[in-house]
Amino acid sequence: MHSLQPITALGGTEAQIDVIGDVTISECPDWSLTSISARLGAEKTIATVFKKALGIAFPKPMLSGTKDDITAFWTGPDQCIVEAPYTTHETLAATLATSLKTKASVTEQSDGWVRFDLEGADCFATLERSCAVDVQVMPVGGVTRTILEHLGCFVLRRSDHHFSIYGPRSSAGSLHHALVTAARSVLAQK
Amino acid sequence: MTQKNRLTGGLIDHTKPLEFKFDGKSYQGYEGDTLASALLANDVRLMGRSFKYHRPRGPLTAGSEEPNAIIELRTGNRQEPNTRATTAELYDGLTANSQNRWPSLRRDFMAINDRFSQFFAAGFYYKTFMWPAAFWEKVYEPIIRKAAGLGSLSMEADPDAYDKGFLHCDLLIIGAGPAGLSAALTAGRAGARVILSEEDYICGGRLNSETNALDDMSGAEWALQTLAELQSLPNVRIMTRTTVIGAYDHGIYGAVERVSDHMAVPADGAPRQTLWRIYSKQALLCAGSTERPIAFENNDRPGIMLGGAVRSYVNRWAATPAQEIAIFTNNDDGHRTAADLTAKGVKVSAIIDTRTDAPTSEHATVLAGAKVKDSLGRLGVKQLSVELADGSIRNVSCEAVAVSGGWNPNVHMTCHQRGRPTWHENISAFVPGPDGPPGLSVAGSAAGIMSTHGALTSGAKSAVSALKSIGIKAKAIRTPKAEDAPVNLQPYWYVKGGNGRAWLDQQNDVTVKDVKLAHQENFRSVEHLKRYTTLGMATDQGKTSNMGGLAIMAELAGKSIPEVGTTIFRPPYTPTSMGVLGGRAVGKDFHPTRKTPSHFWAEEQGAVFVEVGNWLRAQWFPKAGETHWRQSVDREVLATRKSVGVCDVTTLGKVDVQGTDAAEFLNKIYCNGFAKLAVGKTRYGLMLREDGIAMDDGTAGRLAEDHFVVTTTTANAVSVYRHMEFCRQCLWPDMDVQLISTTESWAQYAVAGPNSRKLLEKIVDSEFDISNEAFPFMACGEVTVCGGLRARLFRISFSGELAYEIAVPTRYGDAMIRKLMEAGKEFDVVPYGTEALGVMRIEKGHAAGNELNGTTTALNLGMGRMVSKKKDSIGSILSERVGLNEDDALMQVGFKPVDNKEPVIAGSHLMAKTGEVNAKTDQGYITSAAYSPILESSIGIGFLKDGGNRKGEILRAVNPLKNQTVLVEVVSAHFVDPEGERLRA
Repeated sequence: MHSLQPITALGGTEAQIDVIGDVTISECPDWSLTSISARLGAEKTIATVFKKALGIAFPKPMLSGTKDDITAFWTGPDQCIVEAPYTTHETLAATLATSLKTKASVTEQSDGWVRFDLEGADCFATLERSCAVDVQVMPVGGVTRTILEHLGCFVLRRSDHHFSIYGPRSSAGSLHHALVTAARSVLAQK
Repeated sequence: MTQKNRLTGGLIDHTKPLEFKFDGKSYQGYEGDTLASALLANDVRLMGRSFKYHRPRGPLTAGSEEPNAIIELRTGNRQEPNTRATTAELYDGLTANSQNRWPSLRRDFMAINDRFSQFFAAGFYYKTFMWPAAFWEKVYEPIIRKAAGLGSLSMEADPDAYDKGFLHCDLLIIGAGPAGLSAALTAGRAGARVILSEEDYICGGRLNSETNALDDMSGAEWALQTLAELQSLPNVRIMTRTTVIGAYDHGIYGAVERVSDHMAVPADGAPRQTLWRIYSKQALLCAGSTERPIAFENNDRPGIMLGGAVRSYVNRWAATPAQEIAIFTNNDDGHRTAADLTAKGVKVSAIIDTRTDAPTSEHATVLAGAKVKDSLGRLGVKQLSVELADGSIRNVSCEAVAVSGGWNPNVHMTCHQRGRPTWHENISAFVPGPDGPPGLSVAGSAAGIMSTHGALTSGAKSAVSALKSIGIKAKAIRTPKAEDAPVNLQPYWYVKGGNGRAWLDQQNDVTVKDVKLAHQENFRSVEHLKRYTTLGMATDQGKTSNMGGLAIMAELAGKSIPEVGTTIFRPPYTPTSMGVLGGRAVGKDFHPTRKTPSHFWAEEQGAVFVEVGNWLRAQWFPKAGETHWRQSVDREVLATRKSVGVCDVTTLGKVDVQGTDAAEFLNKIYCNGFAKLAVGKTRYGLMLREDGIAMDDGTAGRLAEDHFVVTTTTANAVSVYRHMEFCRQCLWPDMDVQLISTTESWAQYAVAGPNSRKLLEKIVDSEFDISNEAFPFMACGEVTVCGGLRARLFRISFSGELAYEIAVPTRYGDAMIRKLMEAGKEFDVVPYGTEALGVMRIEKGHAAGNELNGTTTALNLGMGRMVSKKKDSIGSILSERVGLNEDDALMQVGFKPVDNKEPVIAGSHLMAKTGEVNAKTDQGYITSAAYSPILESSIGIGFLKDGGNRKGEILRAVNPLKNQTVLVEVVSAHFVDPEGERLRA
C-alpha cells in the first residue's frame, strides 16, 4: 500500500457538503471513472463484451445504465464512462482495458472530473439557474452534456430529486461556487 | 403630506401607507402605487426636465413606454439614472430625484436652451460644430453632453448581484392582459407547460385600468379569479415583473425578471434581477397596445397625458392627475375617459373631439370638430386654447389633459427578426406582419383586435392553434361577456398651423418642425429621418412618437403611411441594465479558475500566482528576506541547475491517443515522423497548420503499440485537442483512433537538475530501474511510486538539465509534491515557478508561445529539416512555399547585450548598427528575454533574417515605443549546454 494521502477536488481531506434550504450539494470524491470508446469496426460488438464485463448494456445516447453500485453513462457516439466506487475499483481502467481489449480504447478518467450531487426539492430551481438543460423532463437515468459556469459538464439524473454533475476537476472551486450561489439565490427568493 | 388628488377605491391598499422622498421632499403613497401615481396623488405633475431644451415635463403614460417621467431612483451605490417613474413600484423609504436640471427642478438654469431652440433644430450639431475638426472630441462634445444631459452615474460599483437562468415550455405567453390570461387558462387546462410572463407587478393589463365588466364582475376581479386558477395548475409558471426583451432564433426569448426592484435592498443572497433564457416550442404575443398622442403646440406641459393613462391613474391607482381635466380625442376612447372621470367625481372641463360627427356626452360639453391649438402654464398646464369647428377660439381651463389619438399594437417582438408590420386601415395602425419569428403568433390588441371580448376570444383561440401545431389538444375557454365596441376613429396626427413647437418624441425633444426640416433637407427615407432628427432613438424606442413622425412624413411626401414604411424594432423591448446582461460573471467570477494539483500546497508556501488562461500557476516562491521577484527567480534557477528543482507542469495539455492507427494518426498531424517511435520512448513533435505555419509543439510518448500520450502547450491544450478531434472525425474517419483529454487526470511534475535522478530514485519504487542505461534520455514508461501508486515517468527536459516528468493521479498530486520536497531535502531541492521555467528554457533556446506566434515556420524555428518529406502530414506541402523559404528567411538565434549591464527587451526590433530605423531596415525581432543568473547577463532569443549565418554580428535592438536602443551580439540560441550533455547525463 502506498503512502500518499489523496485530497478532494475542493482541496479537503473529506468531501464538502452544503445544505442550502431544500437542496444539498455534495462533493463526491469516492468514484472511479473509466472512459470506454469503441474501436473502429467494433461499434456493435462492443455491446456484448461490455455486457459480459460489467453486466450493464452499453448505454444508449443520453442515457445511463446501473447495476448495483456501477453505472455506465453515455458521453458521445460509441463512448461512455463507467463509474464505480473508488475504494473497490481504483484500477478499474486497467481491468477493463484487458477485458475489452481490441474492442475499445480504455482510459482512466477518475481524476479528470469532480462530481457534485444535488439532492432535494430545490435541485430543479438550482439547476435552472445553472445550465440550459430541461431538467424537469429529463428521465431518471438520463444524461446530457451541457455548459455550466462556462465549463463543459455532464448532468445525470439519478432519481426524482437527485442529480449528479460532472465537471472538470481543476475548476471544481468555480463550479462549486456557481452551484452554491444558485442554491442560495433560490433560498433567498423563497 | 396630504394626498390632495387621492381618490377612493382602486387596486391600492389604502391601509398600508408608504413614505417616500422626491427631490428631498417627503410624501406618502400606498402599497400598490407606482412612483408616478403616488406623485400625482400628491398633486406633483412636474417630474423631470427634457433632454435638449430642459422643458418641464410630467408623465405622459402609465407604463414602460414613458418618455418623460424619467428619474434617478435610489441613492448611493444603488442610484439608477433614467428610470421611469411610471413603472417604479413604490416601497417604504423610496428615494428619487429628478435629473437633468440645475439647481432645481422648478428653477433650471439650462432651460435657457429652450429660448434658443431655433438654433437646436434637427442637424444643428452637424451644421454648426464643423470647425476646427479637432475641437469636436475635446471641446464641443463634452460641453454639449454636459448640457444635454441624462441622469448621472454614482461612479460606485453596483453592490447587487444578477442571476441568469434557463426555462423551457410548450407555450410562452408574453403579456397577462385579457388575451394572455385567456390563452394561459386555455393552455393550462390542456396540461401544456405554460410560462405566462407579465411586465407589470399584477396581472390583468388594461382590465385593471378600465371599468368595463366581464360577466358580472369587474375586469380586475376576473383577472384575479383567472390568476387564482392558473396558480393552482402545476404546469403553469406565472412570472410577474418580467419583461420579455427579445425574440431570438429557434423559439428562444430573453426575459428580465425584476426580482428585487420593488424593495429597498434585495434579500440577502437574492439577485436584484434575473435574465432568463426561455426555450419555447410556441410563443404567443399578447403585449397589448400603446396609446398614441395627438401633437399640438406646447403639448408637452406637465399634466398633458394620454387618455388611457389618465384612466389607469384614476381607476387602478385612485390618483387623479388634477381636479379639472380636459379631453382631446379623435375616437370614442376620449368619451370613455370622460365617463370614468365623472364617476370618480373629477370635473371634465370639455371633450375636444376632432370628429365633426363626434357623439354627444352626458358627462361634459363636447366640442365637435375642434382642435387644441396651444396650451398655457409655466410648470404645468393651466389652460388650452381650442379652435372650434367654426374657426373661433375658446379657452378651456384645466390642470390636466387626456389625449386619445388611437392605439398602436405592440408589434415589437414580431420585428426582432426583421419582420415588417402591415398597415391596418380600420384602426389606422400597423399590425404584426406575416413574417414574424417562426413559432410566434399574436393575439389581442397586439394583433389589432381592440375590444376586450375580441382580446379574450383571440387569446384562447390562438392558444388552441399554437398547441395544436405541437400536438397538444386544447379547448378554448368560455369567453366571459365583455365589451365589444368597434374602433371608431378618425386618424388625426397633429394640429396644423401656429408658430410654436408641437412635440412628437418627448424623450428626445423632436418636434413636428424637425420632421418637416428633415424632409426639406431631403432626409426622406424613414431610416434617415430617424437618424437625422433622432426621432424614436431614445430609450423608449419611440413607442409613443414613431407613428406621428411617419404620418407627417407621409403627408409631406404625398404618400400613404405604409408606403413611407417603418424603422425596425430591435431588442431589448425596454431599457435593460448592463448588470443583468453580465449576470454573475463579474470580477473574479468573470471566468472559472483552474487550480493545479499543487495549488493548495503552493499557497502554503506563499507562492505568487500568475493567470495562464484560466489556470493559476505559481510564478515564483519567495523566501524570507527576498524583496524583489528577481531574487526569488534567480535563486530558483541557480538551485535547479546546481542540484534539483520541481515545477508543476500539469497545465500542459495531455491527450490520450489509442487505436490500431494511433501511430499513423500522429504521423499525419505532426510534421516529423512518429510511425517508428519505439514503445517506451518519447519524441518531440511539431504540429503545423495546413498553411505550413507552426501551430503547437510538445511530446508524444508511446506507452504501447496502440497507445500514445500527446502533450501540448498549456495555451493550446484545448485548441490542439479540438484540432485532433476534427482530423479524426472529419479528415480521416476511416482511421481507428480514439482520443480523450487526460490533462486534469494526472498531476505532473518536472523534476530537473543534476540530482533529479537521485531524488526520483527515492520516490519511484525500486523494482523500476531508472538509471541512465535503463531509462535514457527520452524514455517513458508506467511505474509505481511510494509503495505501489500507479504513475507515469517521462525523461524529457525543458530546462536543458537532466530532467524527468513524473505523473500521478491528480488526487495524489498534493501528497506527491510534499513527498518530493521532503525526499529532496538532502539535495536542497527547490520548487520553481513559471518565471524560472521561462528563464531556463530561454537559456536553453527552447521555443515557447512567444516563438510559436502564428507567423513562424519550422524553418524559422530552426527545425526546417524536421519536416519529413517521406510522408504526408498536415502543412508539409505548404511549408515548401517559395515565400517561406527565401535565403534571408528569419531564423531563431540568441542575443546578448554588448554591455552586460544593459537589458535585452522582448519586442525590440533588430536594426543594423548604424543607419535609419524604420520598417524597411527591419532585420527581425526579439521574442523572449530574461536575465540569466548563470551568465550574469540579460539574454534573449528572437528571429533574425538569415540569422544562422550572422553569429558574432552586432545589431541594435530598438524599442521606439520607449525610446530604447541596446547594442546586442548575435549568438547561438543555446546559451546553456549547447551540446546537450547535461540532459543525457
